[in-house]
Amino acid sequence: MMYLKAFIFAGLVCLISQVVLDNTKVTPGHITSSLTVIGALLSFLGIYDKIVSCFGAGATILISNFGHMLYAGAITGFEECGALGIFTGMLGNTGISLVSVIVFSFVFTLLFKAKD
Amino acid sequence: MNRDEYQKLVKKMSPKEPKLRNALVAFLTGGLVGFIGEVIVNVLMNSFGLARVDSYAWLAFILILFATFMTAIGKLDNLVAKAKCGLIIPTTGFAHSIQSAALDYKKDGFITGIGANLFKLAGSVILYGIVSAFFLALLKVALYG
Repeated sequence: MMYLKAFIFAGLVCLISQVVLDNTKVTPGHITSSLTVIGALLSFLGIYDKIVSCFGAGATILISNFGHMLYAGAITGFEECGALGIFTGMLGNTGISLVSVIVFSFVFTLLFKAKD
Repeated sequence: MNRDEYQKLVKKMSPKEPKLRNALVAFLTGGLVGFIGEVIVNVLMNSFGLARVDSYAWLAFILILFATFMTAIGKLDNLVAKAKCGLIIPTTGFAHSIQSAALDYKKDGFITGIGANLFKLAGSVILYGIVSAFFLALLKVALYG
């Protein structure tokens, strides 16, 4: 059941984004940035946690999860070490994505050439 | 022919985007990524005894490794062109944009090429994500302590 829910939720968000992309003048950059902000906003409203517990990986694979993780990290940081924690905790959850994407892309760029 | 007529002609002649097909393909590919993600999360939880939250983090790692590698060997560009939002909205799109920017600007050198352009496309996601998360966190702290 969780598999089906993950499929439908991730699919629907992609479908809506595609419809917006095809019918307006926005670029993929606009959509991914907006979704990130929406993710942070939903996290602020306490909704994103519920979405994740309902749709599982269907919600965490989306770029909106990046905004959710940034916000959640800042709040966890604040709870643990006060105002400083907002700064130090913000990248705690997303660190795995940021570090891995930087390391992999650098290593693969050294190893491979651009195809044209 | 005046300008309006010309614009109309251009509109008529330019190929139409198959919107319905695009939307359906985006739904199916995006859904498939979500489905595979859920399968990977379950494998990590059951076979490696990870907590659900940690499995999500490793899933992001796996998707990024997959997307950067597939982009580097030149296989993901075609898929992204076909699936569009189905692969752009998941984490794969984030990794793809960084990897392809790095490859495209490799010829300009390490600093002015790769270094300066790595976040050319993904930078706005990081910028607006961090700025919005920061102010929302401040708001939350100010409201609820």
